[in-house]
Amino acid sequence: MLHITQAEHSGALIVALTGDLDHHAARAAIEQIEDLLVLYPCEKLVLDLSGLTFMDSSGLAVVLHLHRTCARGGREFVVRGAPPQPMRVFEASGLPQVMVFERGE
Amino acid sequence: MRAVVNKMSLKFESHSVNEAFARQAVGAFVAQLDPMMEELGDIKTVVSEAVTNAIVHGYADRSGFITVAVRLFEGRVLEVKVKDTGCGIENIEQARQPLFTTGDDTRSGMGFTIMESFTDRLRVRSTPGKGTLVTMVKVLKERDA
Repeated sequence: MLHITQAEHSGALIVALTGDLDHHAARAAIEQIEDLLVLYPCEKLVLDLSGLTFMDSSGLAVVLHLHRTCARGGREFVVRGAPPQPMRVFEASGLPQVMVFERGE
Repeated sequence: MRAVVNKMSLKFESHSVNEAFARQAVGAFVAQLDPMMEELGDIKTVVSEAVTNAIVHGYADRSGFITVAVRLFEGRVLEVKVKDTGCGIENIEQARQPLFTTGDDTRSGMGFTIMESFTDRLRVRSTPGKGTLVTMVKVLKERDA
Protein backbone atom coordinates (compact mmCIF):
# COMPACT_ATOMS: atom_id res chain seq x y z
CA MET A 1 0.00 0.00 0.00
CA LEU A 2 1.16 3.54 -0.77
CA HIS A 3 -0.07 6.62 1.08
CA ILE A 4 0.39 10.15 -0.25
CA THR A 5 0.26 13.29 1.90
CA GLN A 6 1.03 16.89 1.06
CA ALA A 7 2.18 20.07 2.81
CA GLU A 8 3.10 23.57 1.67
CA HIS A 9 6.26 25.29 2.84
CA SER A 10 7.75 28.57 1.54
CA GLY A 11 6.31 28.29 -1.96
CA ALA A 12 7.15 24.60 -2.22
CA LEU A 13 4.71 21.71 -2.36
CA ILE A 14 6.07 18.79 -0.35
CA VAL A 15 4.54 15.46 -1.33
CA ALA A 16 5.42 12.55 0.96
CA LEU A 17 5.08 8.92 -0.11
CA THR A 18 4.76 6.25 2.57
CA GLY A 19 4.72 2.50 1.88
CA ASP A 20 5.62 0.49 -1.25
CA LEU A 21 6.04 2.22 -4.63
CA ASP A 22 5.70 -0.50 -7.26
CA HIS A 23 3.83 -0.98 -10.53
CA HIS A 24 0.61 -1.66 -8.59
CA ALA A 25 0.83 1.79 -6.96
CA ALA A 26 2.51 3.81 -9.73
CA ARG A 27 -0.50 4.81 -11.84
CA ALA A 28 -2.49 6.13 -8.85
CA ALA A 29 0.62 7.92 -7.52
CA ILE A 30 1.18 9.79 -10.79
CA GLU A 31 -2.48 10.78 -11.02
CA GLN A 32 -2.75 11.91 -7.39
CA ILE A 33 0.44 13.99 -7.53
CA GLU A 34 -0.60 15.56 -10.87
CA ASP A 35 -3.91 16.52 -9.21
CA LEU A 36 -2.05 18.05 -6.24
CA LEU A 37 0.05 20.18 -8.62
CA VAL A 38 -3.19 21.61 -10.03
CA LEU A 39 -4.69 22.21 -6.58
CA TYR A 40 -1.54 23.72 -5.08
CA PRO A 41 0.25 26.04 -7.53
CA CYS A 42 3.91 26.12 -6.48
CA GLU A 43 7.39 27.05 -7.68
CA LYS A 44 8.96 23.86 -6.41
CA LEU A 45 7.90 20.24 -5.93
CA VAL A 46 9.69 18.25 -3.23
CA LEU A 47 9.05 14.50 -3.43
CA ASP A 48 9.76 13.21 0.07
CA LEU A 49 10.55 9.49 -0.14
CA SER A 50 11.77 9.04 3.44
CA GLY A 51 8.70 6.92 4.27
CA LEU A 52 9.16 4.44 1.42
CA THR A 53 9.46 0.80 2.50
CA PHE A 54 10.14 -0.48 -1.05
CA MET A 55 10.61 0.86 -4.56
CA ASP A 56 11.31 -0.82 -7.91
CA SER A 57 11.76 0.57 -11.42
CA SER A 58 8.12 1.71 -11.45
CA GLY A 59 9.29 4.37 -8.98
CA LEU A 60 11.83 5.55 -11.56
CA ALA A 61 8.97 6.02 -14.01
CA VAL A 62 7.00 8.06 -11.44
CA VAL A 63 10.00 10.31 -10.74
CA LEU A 64 10.78 10.77 -14.44
CA HIS A 65 7.14 11.63 -15.12
CA LEU A 66 7.13 14.27 -12.36
CA HIS A 67 10.50 15.62 -13.53
CA ARG A 68 9.02 16.19 -17.01
CA THR A 69 5.81 17.71 -15.61
CA CYS A 70 7.79 20.16 -13.46
CA ALA A 71 10.13 21.06 -16.35
CA ARG A 72 7.12 21.83 -18.56
CA GLY A 73 5.58 24.02 -15.84
CA GLY A 74 8.84 25.82 -15.03
CA ARG A 75 8.97 24.32 -11.53
CA GLU A 76 11.97 23.13 -9.60
CA PHE A 77 11.87 19.42 -8.74
CA VAL A 78 13.72 17.73 -5.89
CA VAL A 79 13.73 14.13 -4.63
CA ARG A 80 14.37 14.06 -0.89
CA GLY A 81 15.30 11.48 1.72
CA ALA A 82 15.24 8.24 -0.31
CA PRO A 83 16.06 5.29 2.02
CA PRO A 84 18.89 2.86 1.08
CA GLN A 85 16.83 0.34 -0.98
CA PRO A 86 15.12 2.93 -3.24
CA MET A 87 18.45 4.80 -3.48
CA ARG A 88 20.16 1.69 -4.87
CA VAL A 89 17.48 1.52 -7.58
CA PHE A 90 17.98 5.22 -8.38
CA GLU A 91 21.76 4.77 -8.51
CA ALA A 92 21.49 1.76 -10.84
CA SER A 93 19.43 3.95 -13.19
CA GLY A 94 21.85 6.92 -13.22
CA LEU A 95 19.03 9.37 -12.33
CA PRO A 96 20.95 11.06 -9.46
CA GLN A 97 23.39 12.35 -12.10
CA VAL A 98 20.67 14.23 -13.97
CA MET A 99 18.30 15.49 -11.26
CA VAL A 100 18.45 16.84 -7.73
CA PHE A 101 18.52 14.33 -4.88
CA GLU A 102 18.68 15.64 -1.30
CA ARG A 103 19.39 13.61 1.79
CA GLY A 104 16.67 13.49 4.45
CA GLU A 105 16.69 15.92 7.32
CA MET B 1 26.81 -29.26 -9.20
CA ARG B 2 26.07 -27.62 -5.88
CA ALA B 3 23.63 -29.47 -3.64
CA VAL B 4 20.18 -27.97 -3.14
CA VAL B 5 19.61 -27.07 0.50
CA ASN B 6 15.98 -25.93 0.29
CA LYS B 7 13.44 -24.94 -2.34
CA MET B 8 9.93 -23.55 -2.70
CA SER B 9 7.56 -22.42 -5.41
CA LEU B 10 4.56 -20.13 -5.63
CA LYS B 11 1.87 -19.98 -8.31
CA PHE B 12 -0.47 -17.01 -8.45
CA GLU B 13 -2.65 -15.06 -10.86
CA SER B 14 -1.25 -12.10 -12.80
CA HIS B 15 -2.86 -9.35 -10.68
CA SER B 16 -0.64 -6.39 -9.86
CA VAL B 17 -1.53 -6.66 -6.16
CA ASN B 18 0.44 -9.96 -6.21
CA GLU B 19 3.72 -8.14 -6.96
CA ALA B 20 4.03 -7.31 -3.25
CA PHE B 21 2.95 -10.83 -2.26
CA ALA B 22 5.65 -12.41 -4.45
CA ARG B 23 8.57 -10.26 -3.28
CA GLN B 24 7.56 -10.53 0.39
CA ALA B 25 7.14 -14.31 0.18
CA VAL B 26 10.55 -14.73 -1.49
CA GLY B 27 12.10 -12.35 1.05
CA ALA B 28 10.63 -14.38 3.93
CA PHE B 29 11.96 -17.64 2.42
CA VAL B 30 15.45 -16.23 1.85
CA ALA B 31 15.57 -14.87 5.42
CA GLN B 32 16.75 -18.32 6.59
CA LEU B 33 20.15 -17.48 5.04
CA ASP B 34 20.38 -14.32 7.17
CA PRO B 35 21.16 -12.05 4.19
CA MET B 36 22.45 -8.51 4.63
CA MET B 37 19.75 -5.82 4.43
CA GLU B 38 21.11 -4.69 1.05
CA GLU B 39 21.03 -8.25 -0.34
CA LEU B 40 17.47 -8.77 0.87
CA GLY B 41 16.44 -5.47 -0.75
CA ASP B 42 18.11 -6.51 -4.01
CA ILE B 43 16.30 -9.88 -4.02
CA LYS B 44 12.90 -8.30 -3.38
CA THR B 45 13.60 -5.73 -6.11
CA VAL B 46 14.50 -8.26 -8.81
CA VAL B 47 11.50 -10.47 -7.95
CA SER B 48 9.27 -7.41 -8.21
CA GLU B 49 10.79 -6.49 -11.60
CA ALA B 50 10.41 -9.96 -13.11
CA VAL B 51 6.86 -10.47 -11.80
CA THR B 52 5.84 -7.00 -13.01
CA ASN B 53 7.23 -7.77 -16.48
CA ALA B 54 5.15 -10.97 -16.57
CA ILE B 55 2.00 -9.05 -15.57
CA VAL B 56 2.51 -6.01 -17.80
CA HIS B 57 4.03 -7.63 -20.88
CA GLY B 58 3.50 -11.41 -20.68
CA TYR B 59 -0.17 -11.10 -19.84
CA ALA B 60 -0.84 -7.71 -21.46
CA ASP B 61 -4.05 -8.89 -23.12
CA ARG B 62 -5.31 -11.56 -20.69
CA SER B 63 -4.70 -12.85 -17.18
CA GLY B 64 -2.78 -16.03 -16.44
CA PHE B 65 -0.59 -17.75 -13.90
CA ILE B 66 2.92 -16.78 -12.83
CA THR B 67 5.22 -19.26 -11.10
CA VAL B 68 8.08 -18.11 -8.87
CA ALA B 69 10.47 -20.91 -7.88
CA VAL B 70 13.39 -20.40 -5.49
CA ARG B 71 16.23 -22.84 -4.80
CA LEU B 72 18.91 -22.35 -2.16
CA PHE B 73 22.20 -24.13 -2.89
CA GLU B 74 25.21 -24.86 -0.72
CA GLY B 75 27.56 -21.91 -0.48
CA ARG B 76 24.78 -19.32 -0.02
CA VAL B 77 23.79 -19.44 -3.68
CA LEU B 78 20.24 -18.41 -4.48
CA GLU B 79 18.37 -19.08 -7.72
CA VAL B 80 15.04 -17.43 -8.56
CA LYS B 81 12.98 -18.46 -11.59
CA VAL B 82 9.98 -16.40 -12.69
CA LYS B 83 7.86 -18.07 -15.37
CA ASP B 84 4.79 -17.04 -17.29
CA THR B 85 2.90 -18.66 -20.16
CA GLY B 86 1.98 -15.34 -21.76
CA CYS B 87 2.78 -13.79 -25.12
CA GLY B 88 6.59 -14.13 -24.92
CA ILE B 89 9.26 -11.68 -26.07
CA GLU B 90 10.00 -11.32 -29.81
CA ASN B 91 13.41 -9.72 -29.36
CA ILE B 92 15.10 -10.44 -26.02
CA GLU B 93 18.22 -8.38 -26.79
CA GLN B 94 16.09 -5.31 -27.49
CA ALA B 95 13.97 -5.90 -24.36
CA ARG B 96 17.14 -5.99 -22.23
CA GLN B 97 18.38 -2.60 -23.48
CA PRO B 98 18.24 0.18 -20.86
CA LEU B 99 15.22 2.49 -21.29
CA PHE B 100 13.54 0.19 -23.85
CA THR B 101 9.88 -0.33 -23.02
CA THR B 102 6.65 -1.10 -24.78
CA GLY B 103 4.73 -0.20 -21.61
CA ASP B 104 2.95 2.99 -20.59
CA ASP B 105 4.32 5.92 -18.56
CA THR B 106 4.38 3.81 -15.37
CA ARG B 107 7.22 1.80 -16.96
CA SER B 108 10.77 3.13 -17.09
CA GLY B 109 12.40 0.51 -19.33
CA MET B 110 14.96 -0.13 -16.56
CA GLY B 111 13.62 -3.45 -15.23
CA PHE B 112 16.15 -5.76 -16.92
CA THR B 113 19.01 -3.33 -16.20
CA ILE B 114 18.16 -3.49 -12.49
CA MET B 115 17.81 -7.29 -12.58
CA GLU B 116 21.28 -7.48 -14.16
CA SER B 117 22.81 -4.99 -11.69
CA PHE B 118 21.41 -6.65 -8.57
CA THR B 119 22.18 -10.31 -9.40
CA ASP B 120 25.26 -12.28 -10.42
CA ARG B 121 23.64 -14.00 -13.42
CA LEU B 122 20.51 -13.33 -15.45
CA ARG B 123 19.16 -15.56 -18.21
CA VAL B 124 16.01 -14.88 -20.22
CA ARG B 125 14.38 -17.58 -22.33
CA SER B 126 11.25 -16.76 -24.26
CA THR B 127 9.14 -18.23 -27.03
CA PRO B 128 6.65 -15.91 -28.72
CA GLY B 129 3.13 -17.15 -28.01
CA LYS B 130 4.30 -19.56 -25.31
CA GLY B 131 5.83 -17.53 -22.50
CA THR B 132 8.97 -16.36 -20.75
CA LEU B 133 11.30 -17.81 -18.13
CA VAL B 134 13.64 -15.46 -16.26
CA THR B 135 16.37 -17.12 -14.18
CA MET B 136 18.45 -15.08 -11.73
CA VAL B 137 21.31 -16.25 -9.54
CA LYS B 138 22.75 -14.34 -6.61
CA VAL B 139 25.59 -15.38 -4.34
CA LEU B 140 25.12 -14.06 -0.81
CA LYS B 141 28.07 -12.85 1.22
CA GLU B 142 29.36 -15.04 4.04
CA ARG B 143 28.19 -13.86 7.47
CA ASP B 144 30.51 -13.92 10.44
CA ALA B 145 29.46 -16.43 13.09
